[in-house]
Amino acid sequence: MDALISQLQRQFRDHTISLYQQGFLDDQFTELKKLQDDGSPDFVAEVLSLFFEDCVKLISNMARALDQTTGAVDFSTVGASVHQLKGSSSSVGAKRVKALCVSFKDFCEAQNFEGCVRCLQQVDIEYKTLKSKLQDLFNLEKQIIQAGGIVPQVDIN
Amino acid sequence: MEKGGFSPVGLRVLVVDDDPTWLKILEKMLKKCSYEVTTCGLAREALRLLRERKDGYDIVISDVNMPDMDGFKLLEHVGLELDLPVIMMSVDGETSRVMKGVQHGACDYLLKPIRMKELKIIWQHVLRKKLQEVRDIEGCGYEGGTDWITRYDEAHFLGGGEDVSFCKKRKDFDFEKKLLLQDESDPSSSSSKKARVVWSFELHQKFVNAVNQIGCDHKAGPKKILDLMNVPWLTRENVASHLQKYRLYLSRLEKEKELKCYSGGVKSIDSSPKDAEVNSGHQSPGKSSFVFSGGIFQKATETDPKPLASASLSDPNTDVIMPPKTKKTRIGFDPPISSPAFDSLLPWNDVPEVLESKPVLYENSFLQQQPLPSQSSYVANSAPAIMEEEMKPPYETPVGGSSVNIDEFLMPQDKIPTVTIQDLDPSALSSMKLQEFSSNVTNNTEAILRSWELPESNHSASLDTDLDLSWLQGERFLANTGLQFQDYSSSPSFLSELPPHLWYGNERLPDPDEYSFMVDQGLFIS
Repeated sequence: MDALISQLQRQFRDHTISLYQQGFLDDQFTELKKLQDDGSPDFVAEVLSLFFEDCVKLISNMARALDQTTGAVDFSTVGASVHQLKGSSSSVGAKRVKALCVSFKDFCEAQNFEGCVRCLQQVDIEYKTLKSKLQDLFNLEKQIIQAGGIVPQVDIN
Repeated sequence: MEKGGFSPVGLRVLVVDDDPTWLKILEKMLKKCSYEVTTCGLAREALRLLRERKDGYDIVISDVNMPDMDGFKLLEHVGLELDLPVIMMSVDGETSRVMKGVQHGACDYLLKPIRMKELKIIWQHVLRKKLQEVRDIEGCGYEGGTDWITRYDEAHFLGGGEDVSFCKKRKDFDFEKKLLLQDESDPSSSSSKKARVVWSFELHQKFVNAVNQIGCDHKAGPKKILDLMNVPWLTRENVASHLQKYRLYLSRLEKEKELKCYSGGVKSIDSSPKDAEVNSGHQSPGKSSFVFSGGIFQKATETDPKPLASASLSDPNTDVIMPPKTKKTRIGFDPPISSPAFDSLLPWNDVPEVLESKPVLYENSFLQQQPLPSQSSYVANSAPAIMEEEMKPPYETPVGGSSVNIDEFLMPQDKIPTVTIQDLDPSALSSMKLQEFSSNVTNNTEAILRSWELPESNHSASLDTDLDLSWLQGERFLANTGLQFQDYSSSPSFLSELPPHLWYGNERLPDPDEYSFMVDQGLFIS
């Protein structure tokens, strides 16, 4: 059992570090983890839930706004949603998503349709990728706990 | 510390942010600072809470970008009505935005992501304000005076040289400075602990009447206004600070008036001939009306509310609708439309009719673009350009509730939001349908995304599909991601043990629940 726990803990640590190193997460995520306490043990998961829901909503807004079949594209509408997503992603430390929003916003201001569409697709991929990676992380946590181990504090340098 | 024994613990904070993620995080952070937190997802709701419990909060933290109301507008309202310190926040730190915050009277501007250390010291703004008030009362020399005068001057200069005082010249500002500094005869100066003056509608009405009575030709100084108002417990300083805010507010209206064209519905209001006269004759905005986004009400004419209401039905885009709305308003400013006080208002009061349409239009036009019928058609999985999604339906359902009866626009917000949802077509918005709805949304999104024939799109589309399928069908999603972490990833049965509510499995309506939770919190504040 101990061997399993160690292995899981190692995987957890590696996975966490890679998320930061590959730019998926930034220190805001670290701050989020600090906020979690005994009184709210699922705090991070809940916040992430809200964030991903927001992603769905906002991305569909953007998609609709960029849908040319419904008429002329309103770039300011798209930009507004992008701005919201930028704010949202900054709350959980979704670094890549946030960075994408910056270029996305530029494309909106430039009224560059293709640029916007590209960004939209990328944003869609990015948040989903982040979501699945974080889900892996949470799974690891859960397995560690179920195996009787303690989730290690990972120090991000 | 101050003799009052001021302590940051239990500071009553109202947080306003349309972003549910931030709202949750800020709530947690503020609680960790030992503050008493109330959260709010809508600016209008925030105003309602503030007005409901006028002395119920110490400080307001608000995001700049919100769907129902510009954060700066909220800031103005709070400043004018309640004189509470307001902190603005945004993910955008552009100089112009921050400047705007300063101009509108924000006591601070925070950039997201916000750190604990920043929140830990927000109490300083509350304390500072209290100290200022004390100084104002005691007439302690130049310090108290400097503060608002400096801000006043700031507004004058930062506002691009526009004349904040619509009929005053620079020398009048100086005159007023002298007035303020010389004033020592305030009887209430003996008390060091001053209750915050809450500018109720009645009080403000008196203020505005006094200002109008003095008129444009004379100097509408605080002393004169105070005398005319005849409110014994009110001090000159109270009036002075309120006057400052009022002027800022009016100057903004003036600007908006210049920028926007008049709404056609305004014509349905009486006294349009006076409008022409006023517009040509006066550059100043109507001093008589005090326009609020939540309820424009100061109708300069004695128009019966009913015609206005019917006008609103026939012309939904007009802001004429505001007056009837305000009759039911739950905010402090509930003006009788045909108040005799207005009869005595001077001609330029008609300008506000026009003016009042501005801010309302400004705030509501975006919302009013949403055609309501789209609700059901949306659920039917059509892909028209429906904007109400952008309004984040759970929050904006009050708006979406009716495209014609604007009364409902505000009304539902009085109730608990979940009730609001029920006001709408239940079959369209039951939580079950919403789940369907999100899947439909996703399908639409994916369809739209896939339909674009961009070079990268082919590759990414397939990846998209994989991820989509997995994402839509919760249990299998991890298996489909094809990522390298499958070593330890368990069988689907284990994955399905993941509490579904943690991810997208929110088959409940997350937003209204959150929202009602927030409202509950607000109501809980004693």
